[in-house]
Amino acid sequence: MTSSQTEVGYNTKIEGDVIVTKIDSVLNWFRKNSLWPMPMGLACCAIELMAAGSSRFDIARFGAEVMRFSPRQSDLMVVAGTVTYKMALAVRRIYDQMAEPKWVIAMGACASTGGMYRSYSVLQGVDKIVPVSVYVAGCPPRPEALLDALMKLQNNVVSKEPLFEGGILKNHKQPQPDRLAGQRVS
Amino acid sequence: MSNESISPARKYADILQEAMGSSLSEPMEFRGECSLTVLDASKLLEVCRHARDVLGFDMLTDLSSVDHYGSDPRFEVVYELYSMNHHTYLRLKISVDEEDCEVPSVTSLWRTADWHEREVYDMMGVRFTDHPDLRRILMWEGYPYFPLRKDFPLEGKPTDLPDTAFTDKAPLEGGPFVTSGGKPDSTQREPRAKTFENED
Repeated sequence: MTSSQTEVGYNTKIEGDVIVTKIDSVLNWFRKNSLWPMPMGLACCAIELMAAGSSRFDIARFGAEVMRFSPRQSDLMVVAGTVTYKMALAVRRIYDQMAEPKWVIAMGACASTGGMYRSYSVLQGVDKIVPVSVYVAGCPPRPEALLDALMKLQNNVVSKEPLFEGGILKNHKQPQPDRLAGQRVS
Repeated sequence: MSNESISPARKYADILQEAMGSSLSEPMEFRGECSLTVLDASKLLEVCRHARDVLGFDMLTDLSSVDHYGSDPRFEVVYELYSMNHHTYLRLKISVDEEDCEVPSVTSLWRTADWHEREVYDMMGVRFTDHPDLRRILMWEGYPYFPLRKDFPLEGKPTDLPDTAFTDKAPLEGGPFVTSGGKPDSTQREPRAKTFENED
């Protein structure tokens, strides 16, 4: 624990090895330092996601090397790649199966806005079906950009505001009326 | 015409045309590639079987379709054959009407035609008789349009199949920005937008 964390209020010389803090702070600290990604790697951005997980750009420094491919065991869905309308249902289902609290990073141009594919088959942004916490620009974004997005998300996780459901950023626009919501799996 | 100046593809095309007679057109050659048009759809399987068994074109490398929007017949299905023993390519084309959109399937001759014909059906709407499993391959079953037809817009049309998928029109911001060749500088080659007039 560093002394710059003001919400902890911990001074080693006075309190020794005992820390007095709020449960929210501790839980958020745990959550932010162990965000287990669920890689929804659909296209080329998945390669950069893998690169972020490998040794040069180590995502393990942030506690996120545990890339669980099961939505039941992860809390961060990284949508890396082009989401077609055909795949949108599967993405939504996977998102629904994740347990709260959960976050979504839209990695790359295709996941954020449909990218260069302005066509009949590509969903113009995954935020039309799931609420996105952080968008990463790039085609593909460099692994450092993904790590930057992860750090921004971590800051959001420990922000002073209480976490609301799904960890949706406060000013974020809600997804459109749930077009694939019939597939909700409890 | 001496023998050295005939390309191998033209040689096989000539043999095939002599064997099949009036159901094939004259071979058309361009830069060493040879195409034949099959004039009679009911003879397509016979022509293909002859090409495969007698002439040795044992590999179907590609099967695709063309939409000549505004012409009659509207569609054309193109078969690219390759002979692994003679190292030659041959192209067969067959025209398909818009109203009677049926072509015999060559799946019984080359198994690879299975998915290629499914793609042609999905994108153009050309049906193949005797196909083992003719259903959409890229779009989902129940999608009402055929996307690669010339009168289907690039941005798509809104559809909704509640438990399967939905589509929306993609924002094109002025149209598909395609280039047109042959102009002296890039400003004229790359117009701001190129629109395609259609009736819808």
